[in-house]
Amino acid sequence: MTGEELKAETSEGLQELQERDETDPVELAIEEGSPRALPEGAVFPPGDIDVEFGEDETMIINMGPQHPSTHGVLRIMMELEGETVLRSKPIIGYLHTGMEKTGEELTYVQGATNVTRMDYLSPLHNELVFSLATEALLNIEIPPRAIWIRMLMTELNRISSHVLWMATNGMDLASTSMMIYGFRDREMILSFFEKTTGLRMNHDYIRPGGVAADLPDGWEDDVMSIVETIPGRVDEYDELLTGQPIFKRRTEGVGVISPELAIAMSATGPILRASGVAWDLRRAMPYLAYDEVDFDVIVGTVGDSFDRYAVRLNEIRESCRIVRQCVEKMPPGDYRAQDKKVTPPPRARIDESMEALIHHFKIFTRGFEVPAGEVYTAIESPRGELGCYLVSDGSNKPYRMHIRAPSFVNLQSLPPLLRGGLIADAVAVISSVDPVMGEVDR
Amino acid sequence: MTASAGASAAELAGLGAVASSGAGGQDVLHVTRERYLEVARALRDAGFEMCADLCAVDYLRHLDRPVPENVGAERFEIVVNLVSLEHHRRVRLRVQVPEADPVVPTLFEVYPGTENMEREAFDMFGVRFEGHPDHTRILMPDDWEGHPLRKDYSVGRVPVQFKEAPGPR
Repeated sequence: MTGEELKAETSEGLQELQERDETDPVELAIEEGSPRALPEGAVFPPGDIDVEFGEDETMIINMGPQHPSTHGVLRIMMELEGETVLRSKPIIGYLHTGMEKTGEELTYVQGATNVTRMDYLSPLHNELVFSLATEALLNIEIPPRAIWIRMLMTELNRISSHVLWMATNGMDLASTSMMIYGFRDREMILSFFEKTTGLRMNHDYIRPGGVAADLPDGWEDDVMSIVETIPGRVDEYDELLTGQPIFKRRTEGVGVISPELAIAMSATGPILRASGVAWDLRRAMPYLAYDEVDFDVIVGTVGDSFDRYAVRLNEIRESCRIVRQCVEKMPPGDYRAQDKKVTPPPRARIDESMEALIHHFKIFTRGFEVPAGEVYTAIESPRGELGCYLVSDGSNKPYRMHIRAPSFVNLQSLPPLLRGGLIADAVAVISSVDPVMGEVDR
Repeated sequence: MTASAGASAAELAGLGAVASSGAGGQDVLHVTRERYLEVARALRDAGFEMCADLCAVDYLRHLDRPVPENVGAERFEIVVNLVSLEHHRRVRLRVQVPEADPVVPTLFEVYPGTENMEREAFDMFGVRFEGHPDHTRILMPDDWEGHPLRKDYSVGRVPVQFKEAPGPR
């Protein structure tokens, strides 16, 4: 390519396709994904990879946004030398629907319906973090049964999300049987969700003040049949993939990230844990009743795609353990706070009491007012730290609702993960980061 | 001045900030724009290794909101959430940014993980981050006009057939 073709003047200044020999070495290093702020040794020096490339022989291609293995509408711009990735840059925004702006237009009662659509693979976690933030501003106590129901449901959701990840990861690595198995297992959990919440996804089940409905009759049997089936199935997948030479050679040593780099890039969840940092918000900053259950934080050693796979596989087992304890320890009582300003009255009361009718009407039309203040709550979603920064001005709608989406932040780790690898491995690496585009773009 | 991430908010404020607290007693430090980068660097050295979140808030309708003394409330606020992995602790920085000159220094040098978040804050609020390596829009199209999450940005409306269709708001 000639110099003129590489340069494009836009309203934001000169864009990045500068010729290699003209680019400032520091800038080149940043484009290649090595942050300046890291300690020496953690930085990739330009030219650390063993590839010869001619002056004008690199190729820039776009992977996505319609590529099947980018998990949605992610586009990655890559500079290639032959099959080796030199530089890459994720380009996002194709699924942006302004959900944070929408959140400012909806009352707190309606808010959970909005946030649940962000990370569509773990909708209950989104509802939970929004509800926890609202409750922190309201300063209300949630009855124990609601807390344990929330734990039960979000852990089941974590299993379904990880099982789906196993399925899509298998598909990306050409193991189509894993894809079928993963979807089969996820369906089992989703049908329990349907029984409990009425919907397979986007439940609006966890609401400020508790949960929308009590668990259905016979829920113990349903849940126990799930947690008795899943571990056996996980053992099968373990056998199917973990020792399989093709799978190992496609994932081991591919997309390695060091703990220092992962922390510097604000990566959380399985990416951070696979690199060896035991950071799990359920353990580090317990919310709900996670300090009352037994579970292990799964940690990797190398930080490659295989470790990220192993961390998720074993987190399914740990989640099954937590679900069992939830079934054992599920306390009786109310499933939502008995605060008449926040919780709608039971349906039966509406026929008898005028006040109940008024409260019901007020809560679902106008909502409730939340004291002015600002709060940040964070939980461990299957993809990492899911945070909600909520600012209230004392009205019935959030003044500002910001969701800290783990996939959005984790995507920044892609350039260092992809650098120096083969383009065929890019598929394995993107899959191992597990981005959910609905959450990335919001 | 050095401090440890285990120190109280009041002690951390000695780095050059004003301490206050959010709902539920969360630690909040108010920092001026001038000292923002310096305080962030000091906090990282004190043990807050990770920047969990960075976002902006537009307080157009609440310019008279309560803030601690010595902090002049401005239209925009940059809110930064830092985490100490060792001490299991969070601290939140709030930086006031005036409407007339919405510029803050970038945290990229200190926390490289803020790259995407700062691009999002710029995209949505038009607050510029001086020194950011790739200061472009991230979610909206490159040629988009306006910054959607500002409070004076119209929400827009889709006319509904069975009503008398309202014009754009």
